[in-house]
Amino acid sequence: MTSIILLSVFGIVNLFLGFLRSNKVLLPGAMLLLLAVFGANYADWNSEPASYFNHMLVVDHYTVAFTGIVLLTAIVLLPFSRSYVTSGEPNLAEYYALLLFSLVGAIMMVGYDHLLMLFVGIEILSISMYVLAGSSKRDSRSNEAALKYFLMGAFATGILLFGVALLYGATGTFALSQLAAAVAAPTNASLQPMLYIGILLMIIGIGFKVSAAPFHFWTPDVYEGTPTFFTAFMSTVVKTAGFAAFLKLLAVALPAAQGFWMPTIQAMCALTLLLGNVGAAVQTSPKRMLAYSSVSHAGYLLIGLVASKGIILGTNGTTSEAASAIFFYSLAYSIATVAAFGVLKLVNDHRQNDSYAGLNGLGRTNPLLAFVMTVAMLSLAGIPLTGGFFGKFFLLAAAVGQGYIGLVVFAVIMSMVGLYYYLRPLIAMYLRPADDNATPVPVDGIQSATLVVLALLTIVLGIAPSFMSGLL
Amino acid sequence: MLTAVLLFLPLAAALLLLLTKGATARALALGASLIEFGLAVYTAFAFKSSGAAAFDLNYSWIPSAGINFHLGLDGLSLLLVLLTTFLVPLILLSAFKRNFDNPTAFYALVLFMQTGLLGVFTSLDAFLFYFFWEVALIPIYFLAGAWGGERRVAITLKFFLYTVVGSLLMLAGFVYLYLQTGPAAGSLAAHSSELSAFYNLKLSAAEQSWLFWLIFAAFAVKMPIFPFHTWQPDTYTDAPAPATMLLSGIMLKMGIYGTMRWLLPVVPLGVSQWQKPVIILSVIGIIYGAIIAIRQRDVKRLIAYSSLSHVGLMAAGVFSLTATGLQGTVVQMLAHGVNVVGMFFIADAIERRTGTRYIPDLGGLTRRTPVLSVCFLVMLLSTVALPLTGGFVGEFLLLAGVYQYNAWVGAVAGLTIIFSAVYLLRMFQRVMLGPDSAYSETITDLTGGELLVLVPLIALVFWIGLFPNSFLHLSDPAVTNILTLAGR
Repeated sequence: MTSIILLSVFGIVNLFLGFLRSNKVLLPGAMLLLLAVFGANYADWNSEPASYFNHMLVVDHYTVAFTGIVLLTAIVLLPFSRSYVTSGEPNLAEYYALLLFSLVGAIMMVGYDHLLMLFVGIEILSISMYVLAGSSKRDSRSNEAALKYFLMGAFATGILLFGVALLYGATGTFALSQLAAAVAAPTNASLQPMLYIGILLMIIGIGFKVSAAPFHFWTPDVYEGTPTFFTAFMSTVVKTAGFAAFLKLLAVALPAAQGFWMPTIQAMCALTLLLGNVGAAVQTSPKRMLAYSSVSHAGYLLIGLVASKGIILGTNGTTSEAASAIFFYSLAYSIATVAAFGVLKLVNDHRQNDSYAGLNGLGRTNPLLAFVMTVAMLSLAGIPLTGGFFGKFFLLAAAVGQGYIGLVVFAVIMSMVGLYYYLRPLIAMYLRPADDNATPVPVDGIQSATLVVLALLTIVLGIAPSFMSGLL
Repeated sequence: MLTAVLLFLPLAAALLLLLTKGATARALALGASLIEFGLAVYTAFAFKSSGAAAFDLNYSWIPSAGINFHLGLDGLSLLLVLLTTFLVPLILLSAFKRNFDNPTAFYALVLFMQTGLLGVFTSLDAFLFYFFWEVALIPIYFLAGAWGGERRVAITLKFFLYTVVGSLLMLAGFVYLYLQTGPAAGSLAAHSSELSAFYNLKLSAAEQSWLFWLIFAAFAVKMPIFPFHTWQPDTYTDAPAPATMLLSGIMLKMGIYGTMRWLLPVVPLGVSQWQKPVIILSVIGIIYGAIIAIRQRDVKRLIAYSSLSHVGLMAAGVFSLTATGLQGTVVQMLAHGVNVVGMFFIADAIERRTGTRYIPDLGGLTRRTPVLSVCFLVMLLSTVALPLTGGFVGEFLLLAGVYQYNAWVGAVAGLTIIFSAVYLLRMFQRVMLGPDSAYSETITDLTGGELLVLVPLIALVFWIGLFPNSFLHLSDPAVTNILTLAGR
């Protein structure tokens, strides 16, 4: 709860800081602030679950853990906004303020205990992102991305809200626990169709936000047009918060309707894996590849939803394997994705080449950037020694444990496809020579330190996963 | 503790290496690998030969999943550890003469790979085994890719995809086995990925039948066995010589070792069911590799196909499921490791001097290079399995084992000796003897540094040939143990 207050207050303060017209203060300021919020969030760890706003928001282990991922992602992402500082971007204060507000939305999505809170959270997060997607005002692609994202997103939010309304109509409540009881013991059988349509519409709405197929079509265009810094934010924070919300919805509010949503989620999962991986394999630019790859990772996370079978907390008080796996996977994915986008942003800013060829010879000119990118790609591909391997392993093992062999076999085949496209940046960086006039990409101290930390974190998660896997 | 030091010393050296440059890096890499070899020799002396694993090291790694960091050495592991630690310094030494960019990264990757290889040979936990299996792959991908020949991009990609797909299938098999296990004693987890837990599973013949192929996929690609071999000749040819030596000398043994440790005793019923098809595939590989080798005009490619042919015989020996066949495989793993590294080294030495490895361009080199010729001939004759050399002991035992399985199969497999004499001696004749070529007068003989690589190899060729028992007695209890577990 403290984190929400701090973020909101600092977000407003940040807007006023914009009057100072001194970008140099903003970056360290925002950084310190996020660290403070992270500390505040950490202080909530291990305390008794607390409920706020008339039981609309709950702060428990689940909330704190996923909030932790979201905040950590934002912290390690910030240094890559450095180019805005150096280029004298006039609206930087607004960008940071919107980022902080969007984090508030993300935390509400993670901690909601009431469907209205979920809706408000999603809206806060999304509206900030619509603006940020178009933040590169003079770039027509950025404008296109913002417009597309906004139109599609608004439509999806409408559908989500319609779903919420139907659920309310069928059950008479917005609160998750009462909703669960009402779904488990329906009082009026004639309202059942309304309930199911409501669930379906909610799945569509959230599926859009986490870019699960068949609601993923906006992802590549929006990701490509959005400035890379914000793309990284979109593909990590939005996804993590979205999945935390998704899992909570299915497992806390709707476990009784499992017979209805389970086949839907399974079909979405298989389709997302297929379209994400095959789509990524045919891309010619690493940024679009990462966009499709984020779709495919939504597919892996959906396996977690399937394997959770509507359970977060087991009867004996331990977290279900699948929920822990989703947490671990989100963490490993976020870290690797920030690292990949961070390197990509630095390289693209310098070389102005969006295709794979833009990475050529990076192993020679910038060994550090190339190494971090390598670790990130191997992690996203799920090769051992990286966090991504254990993320996939925990998810798939949880699914196998629940008997979803067919889905797991399909996921393994799809991750073989994944190997192909995650190797392409590596091939460009190490096996192809750079242009003759290629100069090293300039990287400042904080950025290299952040990248090193991200690579190390990925490797540590890949060697000693138990310090994180048992957290949730 | 000893095993942990043995495993992590190369990794530590590799990390340290990244801070150094030039001559310091070379000295550090070589020094570390020599200390590592010394440690392995010390381990061998401290080792008491028995069927069980010695130097056991067991930590809980992921307690919630019952996955342990479990290392141990039995005779079989020990011999492969010795082979690895013996070859790595020589491979590093052979790389010193080469002119290439960023040698420090190259040495670091070789040492990093050594950790992966040693991990594979000492793991007693399925996930740890898989983990190291992949750890060994990453450095060799970069070694072959970044320093390889012209077509390296496509070739290393093919190699990588082949092997990773194989190992994912193996992982799938392991996960299935893992889910069948019960909790280990004193563990909270519901399952255990311990090797011994896998040994105790009594699965039905139908399950074992498909599990066999899941697990064998990884090993078959790594060896490689016909028809999973298509990555091999290209990769061997295009990779830089030290990487080729690592691939053929040590990495190939991962497949054979894996089969002996993780396949035969784990799914014995599946093995008996598929024994015949696999042996037939192996024998096809022997003949196929040999016939293609005869037609080769590229020295390196010829050796690659020769290696394919020889590994076929080793696979047949393993699947003969006889003590003789398995012991033959063990000796031949050592002998082949030494031979093939020596052969690739000499091919590389010739290529560096003449700038070509195209056989018709070469000829009459022997006049100016007596030492090189002798070394070449020794390596070659050991590959042909002439008595007194290591190759002879290995192939003799292997053929005896295969013969015990089936006389006809043994007879066909025996053709390998005749074939390899044909293609290898023909190559020697056309490269070293024969009419003079443009290089006959200008070529220089081996330097002292190169002899430093070859002399230990030649010494080992004769040691294995003359006193095979010094190795066989180490692996004997381990082999018996494997066969007992496999129900033979």
